Amino acid sequence: MDLIGLLAIQGAQMLLVLLLAPLLTGFVRKVKARLLRRRGPPLLQPYRDLLRLTRKEVVLADNASWLFRVAPYLIFAATWVAAALVPTFATGLMFSWSADLIAIIALLGSARFFLALAGMDVGTSFGGIGSSREVMIASLAEPAMIMIVFSLALLAGSTQLSTVAAYMLSSNVGVRVTLALALVALIMVAIAENARIPIDNPATHLELTMIHEAMVLEYSGRHLAVLELAAALKLLLYVSLIACVFVPLGLAPVGAGAAAHLVGLLVYLAKLAVAGFLLALFETAVAKMRVFRVPDFLGAALMLGLLGTLLLFVSRGGLR
Amino acid sequence: MTVIGQTPVELLLGCTAVLFGLSMLSITVGRRLATPLVYGGCLLVCLAGLAIALGHLLGATGGDSTAILPLGLPWVGARFRLDALASVFLVVVNLGAAAASLYAIGYGRHEPEPRRVLPFYPAFLAAMNLVILADDAFSFLVAWEVMSLSSWALVMAHHREADNRRAGYIYLVMASFGALCLLLAFGLLAGPGGGYSFDAMRAQASPPVLSALVLSLVVLGAGSKAGLVPLHVWLPLAHPAAPSHVSALMSGVMTKVAVYAFVRIVFDLLGPPSPWWSLLILTLGGVTTVLGILYALMQTDLKRMLAYSTVENVGIIFIGLGLGLAFKAQHMSWAAALAVTAALFHVFNHSLFKSLLFFGAGAVQGATGERDMERLGGLIGRMPQTALAFLVGCVAISALPPLNGFASEWLAFQAILLSPQLQAPALKIMVPAVGALLALAAALTAAAFVRTYGIAFLGRPRSATAETARETDRWSLAAMFLLATLCLLAGVLPGLVIDALAPAVGGLVGAHMPNQMAQPWLSIVPVAQSRSSYNGLLVLVFITASASLAAFAIHRLASRAVRRAPAWDGGYPEMSPATQYTAGSFAQPIRRVFASIVFRARDEVTMPPPGDLAPARFRLELHDPVWETLYAPIAGAVGYVADRLNHLQFLTIRVYLSLVFLALVGLLLVLAVWI
Amino acid sequence: MTGLSFDVAHLLAGGLVLASFMLLYQDRLSALVNMFALHAVVLSLSVAWQALIQHAPHLYVTAAIALVFKAMIIPTALHRIIKRLGIHREIENVVGVGPTMLAGIGLVALAMVVMLRVAPGGDRLAGEDLAFALSVVLLGLLIMVTRRNAVSLVIGFMSLENGLVLAATGAKGMPLVVEISVAFSVLIAFIVIGVFLFRIRERFDTVDVSALDRFREARK
Repeated sequence: MDLIGLLAIQGAQMLLVLLLAPLLTGFVRKVKARLLRRRGPPLLQPYRDLLRLTRKEVVLADNASWLFRVAPYLIFAATWVAAALVPTFATGLMFSWSADLIAIIALLGSARFFLALAGMDVGTSFGGIGSSREVMIASLAEPAMIMIVFSLALLAGSTQLSTVAAYMLSSNVGVRVTLALALVALIMVAIAENARIPIDNPATHLELTMIHEAMVLEYSGRHLAVLELAAALKLLLYVSLIACVFVPLGLAPVGAGAAAHLVGLLVYLAKLAVAGFLLALFETAVAKMRVFRVPDFLGAALMLGLLGTLLLFVSRGGLR
Repeated sequence: MTVIGQTPVELLLGCTAVLFGLSMLSITVGRRLATPLVYGGCLLVCLAGLAIALGHLLGATGGDSTAILPLGLPWVGARFRLDALASVFLVVVNLGAAAASLYAIGYGRHEPEPRRVLPFYPAFLAAMNLVILADDAFSFLVAWEVMSLSSWALVMAHHREADNRRAGYIYLVMASFGALCLLLAFGLLAGPGGGYSFDAMRAQASPPVLSALVLSLVVLGAGSKAGLVPLHVWLPLAHPAAPSHVSALMSGVMTKVAVYAFVRIVFDLLGPPSPWWSLLILTLGGVTTVLGILYALMQTDLKRMLAYSTVENVGIIFIGLGLGLAFKAQHMSWAAALAVTAALFHVFNHSLFKSLLFFGAGAVQGATGERDMERLGGLIGRMPQTALAFLVGCVAISALPPLNGFASEWLAFQAILLSPQLQAPALKIMVPAVGALLALAAALTAAAFVRTYGIAFLGRPRSATAETARETDRWSLAAMFLLATLCLLAGVLPGLVIDALAPAVGGLVGAHMPNQMAQPWLSIVPVAQSRSSYNGLLVLVFITASASLAAFAIHRLASRAVRRAPAWDGGYPEMSPATQYTAGSFAQPIRRVFASIVFRARDEVTMPPPGDLAPARFRLELHDPVWETLYAPIAGAVGYVADRLNHLQFLTIRVYLSLVFLALVGLLLVLAVWI
Repeated sequence: MTGLSFDVAHLLAGGLVLASFMLLYQDRLSALVNMFALHAVVLSLSVAWQALIQHAPHLYVTAAIALVFKAMIIPTALHRIIKRLGIHREIENVVGVGPTMLAGIGLVALAMVVMLRVAPGGDRLAGEDLAFALSVVLLGLLIMVTRRNAVSLVIGFMSLENGLVLAATGAKGMPLVVEISVAFSVLIAFIVIGVFLFRIRERFDTVDVSALDRFREARK
């Protein structure tokens, strides 16, 4: 029974993230449009886009290699596995021990590795520009993320996300400086990683400013659909991560009943809505920065993460 | 396991003897026969050595096995010993050597002057084996020198290129310097009593000042061979200069022999560590990792880039060892076990993927005659199998799950997370900083290998030779796929490797990690399940399953139609391959962020005014901080002194005689005053 | 002091360090001034919280002074100065943001180690608060060192002073007189520097303090 329950939660989680991801993207787009006093596309538009794209034929560049065709599926799979391991509505995920937080970051790193390679496969200058900037951003965002993970792991005494979430749910967390630093840094990293304003503009096709869109410029049809879905999943993953670590309210603990899970699900949906709204608000309020301001932005995130870790190291010697 | 009545160490010594024999044989045999004979022979001998070492490691033979030959110093003899640590490194050496020999059966046929390679290759392998087996200072140093000299000869194999001659010269200078440091270190360890056997050194407790001196000398001696910054200068010159299978051995294996020397002396012979040692090692390791990979990002030569990445990985290994020392100094042996396991695991991993990558680079060089990335491109279509194997190597070295590079870096991160319990305040600041450097280096590594693979294998060919490249031979491919498979296996079953390392780690720090293969579902659990665990196998299964599920569902339910068309490129496809991103332009953002400080990188673009038909010019200026601040002054000083002393060449006989006489009298005076 | 009240105090002190880092990160003058206002708000929150948990009503006065003067009057005045000088878009860093932040981290680490070493046996937590205050002071100095613009120098100086106030409120039993005198001395310093600013401007047509150096060289 126990095993079946856990498996059911894990399966539900995998399906849930897959189904909710386009909705979150659509929601952010809608809110942004409303904030600009536009009507905006319907909430379900991303689903329609995905469906239409999957039905279309793929137009491949003449010299595209097998890597170009395999990469979308690999990117999607790595992102999906990572997203499935971040607790959304319940902490008791069956396979959460197969990859801890560091491994989840590294899984996203794998996805990025193949995306950057795919951008270079056809040998166009746009693909190159996207890949080259993406790895520059990653070279700062990833260490910043690892530093955030260090802060959380040192506090909770574990890199297992379910343990961290359970620790955050428990009463003895208190208010910590490190947590504040980690939250700010994590938000900065999340914005950069998901190619949102002010780092990148998900809606642009202006050549010199795009990063993520430049890498996927050669993709079409089902490949593009899979990549878009992966991008949506990644956004959902970061929102879930922030929610599960910093606002763990409502997460159903291990072995809780069906009612607790239902509550967890509803709370999770509410969190997504709030996060989506805040993201849209933020994106409307700020302007995109020049590419070479981005290192400063991410460098600041890295420094905050490092500062948080340093505080934990130096103070309170008897950490777990 | 006593085959034909011999102990394992005797069998291994036999192997080295056969290798030296092959070395002799290669001179006498005819040219055509020599290549397959030598490499085939080396392959078999190394496989035998591998089997013996592995057998000893996995416990088929109990206890250490020793042998004393009546050579060397008369009162010590030449002592050899096979213990757990030695067998770990022997596995690394012989596995790498076997793969390189397999590769060379095919690759060696392209060698223009086999006589310059064949005699030295088996000697090089034998010397590396002997360094690890040695159990007294004398045989250790002799083997070390044979290793240095034979590899120097291999570096000089293509001596007609001026760059290679310069590389050989610098290598020789640095190798002599390193050997001198090791010699002095052993001298201090042996003490006035002349206890040159390792047993005697272990038994003798050194005072703290002496230990500090020995540590510094070992860092200089072993560190210069391993490529620690700032002692790395020879490495990126010498490793690429040799033929590719030798490059693979030097980068993948010989640096590990240097790591072995460090581990053997510092962890085993030198007695209990004090906390500041780890501070030194961690600083060096952290600086080495980040600088190494930044250097790599600036290179356009494929093999030189790989050599710099070796510098980076050596840094990672030393970070693990430094953490191990810190924990050991504080008697936290279980944590030290984790850190040292991470280091040794990375030793093994790096020997796999770095050899693989050098093999790939060699295959590319063989097929196109080019090492410059700017003249490659599009090789994934022309050399699909090499491209696949090289891709595996790139993913593994970039520390991406589920391959092996990630497993060892994950362990290193876990070790860092244990270190708030260290007491020394300086370490409390140092360790998180090193953690940040390690994370930075990991991300930069991924960037560097996206660049390498993307420029060399993807895109469109940038030269005629790249366009007409042909797939390499079967032997080379077999060697590459062998290593790629091992990378995958070590990545999904890291528990196997960790358990195999356990006896060696136990010997060094007095504890080892909990038995990993006993964990459910084959995951690895360094401390406790609730703390952290990782399961490479499951991750691999999940990724494969979801990727195939997605592909299957879409192909089945939606569309699988494909149409080929010219590239879209935003509507303005450019025909010339020169419009693609190059290695230099790909690194430009990173250069601007990091290298403008570290290397004082300056880009300079000269655009002709509108209407002028002159081409635009781009110039890039980079400064090597280490060379300019450390080596150039030394070289200048040596040159200056040599100039001054030059006068001594033109003296009369009488003056020479009086110089000798004065020197003699001076020495006697010193003696008289001293005693 | 209960755990939670202490945690909040700690968080606010850490928030002040964070605000100092944000000051370090800003390179536009008007953004810098706004950030300084935030810095002062965090300070006054922190002081007010100390007043609450130490039951020391005079600290509320300090908090109010910080809020009124430093978060409102001085930033407004600075904005006006900037506007009148026409330098609201100026970006002037001697060193890049990255190295500056790195140096800042180093200073915080230094402050931590020093403070924890000075009081190893005593109250670790009080030691940490002192370390935060010292970090704010050091970061203020760093801002003054790395900026060329006189307005940034002023802001660096005042953020440094905020660090002093933080240290003073953390230590119990600090008399009100001292705080008020400190606050007023800062105000006077501000006025002096403001006058000084306009004088530089008149003489050299810039507020770049390196102009002073050039002047010195010319006279030599």
